[in-house]
Amino acid sequence: MISRLLKLNGGVHPPEHKLESTSRGIAAVPLAQTLVLPLRQHVGNLPKILVQPGEHVLKGQQLAEAVGSISAAVHAPTSGVIVSIEDQLIPHPSGLPDVSITLKADGEDRWMERKPVDWRNTERLQLVAGLRESGIVGMGGAAFPTQIKLRPGGGSGIKTLIINGAECEPYITCDDVLMRERADEIVKGIVIANYILAPERIIVGIEDNKPEAVQAMREACAKSDVRMDVIVVPTLYPSGDARRLAAILTGIEVPSDKRSSDAGLQVFNVATMMALYRYLELGETVVSRIVTVTGNVARPGNFEVPLGTPMGTLLEAAGGTLPNTNELIMGGPMMGFSLPSNDVPVIKATNCIIAGAPLLFPAPPPALACIRCARCAEACPVSLQPQELYWFAKSQNLEKAREYNLFDCIECGCCSYVCPSNIPLVQYYRFAKSEIIAQDKAKEAANLARERNEFRLSRIEREKQERAAKHAQRAAGAKAENAGDTSDADEAKKVAIAAAMERAKAQKEEAPPKNTDNISETAQAEIAAIDARRAEQKNAEQEN
Amino acid sequence: MLAAVLVMLVLALMLGLVLGYSAIRFKVEGDPLVGKIDAILPQTQCGQCGYPGCKPYATAIANGEADINQCPPGGEAGMRALADLLGVEPRPMNEEHGVSKPKSVAVIDENVCIGCTLCIQACPVDAILGAAKHMHTVIASECTGCELCVAPCPVDCIVMVPLQESVANWKWRYPVHTIKQVA
Amino acid sequence: MSTPPYVLGNTPVGTIMFKVLLALVPGIVAYVWAFGSGILITLALASVTALVSEAIMLKLRRRPIKPSLSDNSALVTAWLLALALPPLAPWWLVVVGTLIAMVVAKQLYGGLGYNPFNPAMVGYAALLISFPVIMTQWPTPLEIAQIKLSFADQLAYIFNRVLPDAVQLDAISTATPLDYLKTELRLEHTMADIHQAPVFGVFGAKGGEIVITAYLLGGLYLMQQRIISWHIPVALLGGLAAIAGVFHLIDPQHYDSALFHLFNGAAMLGAFFIATDPVSGPTTPKGKLIFAASIGMLTWVIRTWGGYPDGVAFAVLLMNLCVPLIDAHTQPRVFGHDKS
Repeated sequence: MISRLLKLNGGVHPPEHKLESTSRGIAAVPLAQTLVLPLRQHVGNLPKILVQPGEHVLKGQQLAEAVGSISAAVHAPTSGVIVSIEDQLIPHPSGLPDVSITLKADGEDRWMERKPVDWRNTERLQLVAGLRESGIVGMGGAAFPTQIKLRPGGGSGIKTLIINGAECEPYITCDDVLMRERADEIVKGIVIANYILAPERIIVGIEDNKPEAVQAMREACAKSDVRMDVIVVPTLYPSGDARRLAAILTGIEVPSDKRSSDAGLQVFNVATMMALYRYLELGETVVSRIVTVTGNVARPGNFEVPLGTPMGTLLEAAGGTLPNTNELIMGGPMMGFSLPSNDVPVIKATNCIIAGAPLLFPAPPPALACIRCARCAEACPVSLQPQELYWFAKSQNLEKAREYNLFDCIECGCCSYVCPSNIPLVQYYRFAKSEIIAQDKAKEAANLARERNEFRLSRIEREKQERAAKHAQRAAGAKAENAGDTSDADEAKKVAIAAAMERAKAQKEEAPPKNTDNISETAQAEIAAIDARRAEQKNAEQEN
Repeated sequence: MLAAVLVMLVLALMLGLVLGYSAIRFKVEGDPLVGKIDAILPQTQCGQCGYPGCKPYATAIANGEADINQCPPGGEAGMRALADLLGVEPRPMNEEHGVSKPKSVAVIDENVCIGCTLCIQACPVDAILGAAKHMHTVIASECTGCELCVAPCPVDCIVMVPLQESVANWKWRYPVHTIKQVA
Repeated sequence: MSTPPYVLGNTPVGTIMFKVLLALVPGIVAYVWAFGSGILITLALASVTALVSEAIMLKLRRRPIKPSLSDNSALVTAWLLALALPPLAPWWLVVVGTLIAMVVAKQLYGGLGYNPFNPAMVGYAALLISFPVIMTQWPTPLEIAQIKLSFADQLAYIFNRVLPDAVQLDAISTATPLDYLKTELRLEHTMADIHQAPVFGVFGAKGGEIVITAYLLGGLYLMQQRIISWHIPVALLGGLAAIAGVFHLIDPQHYDSALFHLFNGAAMLGAFFIATDPVSGPTTPKGKLIFAASIGMLTWVIRTWGGYPDGVAFAVLLMNLCVPLIDAHTQPRVFGHDKS
């Protein structure tokens, strides 16, 4: 079937620099002594820790489980002992530490019992539910939990399943070598995804600068019973962005306020498909990934790296950094970010590490004024007007920026790349976005506070009225009693007093805490934990 | 002469009718001003402005009884937003009402708390849990940082802890072009 | 730590402006051939005035001087103004015009990137309004000139307003075809007669048509280099040709042809070099089309019915005023959004 490809609006052609790292096959990395596993390796909720320091764990064992619908589990990349659970530097543009599990390898690298799933005979929903324990996230770098995207969409369903092997960003070659060397595993993963989603069509999209990968994938696809088309797309950054690739391959533009699945599309990275295969057919959870190490290193290449491996170990495997290396970049040169240290660990989103040097990435010349030349608008793959967004972000006119669709910006960097005035445009958009998000959050918190304050005021008012009513009732009751038989009244009074004492005693024992109704589960849990702590303390005091 | 006067009169009459009609036709319902002001205020309910809460302060501003620069938690930005809404000149913050501080949350030292419930009664948003003679605790996510619970505590076991920047609440900075050091 | 993207693939502002200057060179060479070397003096005067005044303004505004001077934008403004002025204009006219352009129209608005109006055209319009007589005194094209002034003569005339003995002003100056056409039509002469005048060339103005063709070549070079997009030149020339063509078809006796309008006055220079100024123009493709087509049509309207022989400067300034409106209403459809 010959399908016409849609031409992407905008885009740029930065120098590719891919050959440096594709000459060698996927190599192994020596196991590091200590592995650091941040809990935040994916988009969504922080997973809940299941282990304690001192505990011995096996390779592939779940260390933290997914919480809520959008979350992913974290597993032990090797066998060893949990050393600590504390804040450590993680690969994040903020350069801030975050809660991580530190694992000391015992050197045996012993797997837990691997339980392959007989997926062909498992109900689809059940299969997807089980994926919560797989730890699989989008391996292209977005790190969105995969089980969400695999939920069979009922009647509406997925019409086209797109496998993303475009890998459009310069320097990065991890998907390229993966397709060259492990096309069969990828295809097996696609077959599973096909079973779960039952799409009408499967397309594998690969950019035309990877002929070996195209060849390997075509051969592997041909061997499969499930029909899948490998389509070669012209090399153009950022064709590999999920929505852009979907549009190029199918002509369907996913509406900006909807998800791909709403438009009958689903896009997965090739490495994600391999992880799916390994989990279901081999019973292996996500414990490693392929990382490209390139730039200013002695032997650039691709490595299969256990998660949590320090970047330093990885760089050594690539022959070490060359002189003049002044920074480490995670991701590609267009969308990556500088790492705060050589010690931060490899995480699920680490697709590439580039050792930067002044010669490779010269410092940008000072920014000049915007001359409104609109080259950025020509380069924008989303058809935004970056020059307008820049004005709004610069003047902190955030509402206007939002109105001009700031949140459709994918931060691909094409605008900055072409800007004749060297303006760091993407930085302005990131600033404006996070500022707007923070303001929205503050607004939400303020609304909650207002609600709670109003509720409190009305409660106080209600209690006051209730007290007044009780007073009035009691006054009326006393009058009636005085009118009746005294002995009977005395008897009744005695009973009433006894009952009241009983009540007070019971109350004292139970002492129901105030205003604990209507609070969230987490708060309930917090209270329970505090109570437990208190009881413990009391016991300790008594023992003393 | 007479014609000119008549023309002017008819014109005045017609314009008057148009104005009168539009005043009825495009009437703005209710008095949303208090609500609009209240929406800008941070809802800390701290009372630093001299009013018992954000809503009373908003009402006072709407009635012209209070100035717009009396809300330290809202800070300069809040004052500017109010000035923008009300069409008045921004003015410096009135420091009599306190100075703007980074957002904090109250934390109760569990070992010192005697369970007197005074802080519970002081909290304007019911963010403190506990019962008489039982240790109290603060729901961090619902604490507005108003500090109203600090003073009533007889054993001084409540401290205000500024919120730390973390990966979860971290924000991208306003771009400044740093000149890369040439090694 | 630096920020992404770590690589740049841009054409710096200085290079863009330099290529614009380069594209003007063929026009200047043709200009020298057609009207004499005096234009070089005007160009030099304007360039020096522009650079010095910009440096002083930047100093007064406490802005870094070097990056702004080295972006070549001051030279572009100076050259465009110089090429729009009549050659042999007195030195002070050039200086005043350049000062208005650089100081008032550019720096007082905040420098490069912040000026809502095309600086060169502001300078030109201010001069045209203030000194209409000098501004419409064009020298006779050398092809038909009886007397040819030497470089020294031109220099002396520009700086001292003195002509060699026995040379009268009338002998070296003449009306431009646009001017001539306007006057003669008012005198109810026929189009055919008017076109017999020596100032008319093969398809445009005598001498001028060569210069204008050179501008066209320079403009095509800019398009080929992707310094400017096709939208503005095509729409401007198209708009001008369309309205001129329609009226010429209806009444050829009173309205001259599209070709005449394209190859006379500042239409070509305006289409490729003036209206394409990004700072004072719209940014959306559709906006550029509307902006430029309007300039083309307004130019024709001013030429035909207005008080001035040419209308490019006023048309550009009028449309500069409309840029924010045009931009706001021509926002392209964003990926994944409905047409709104």
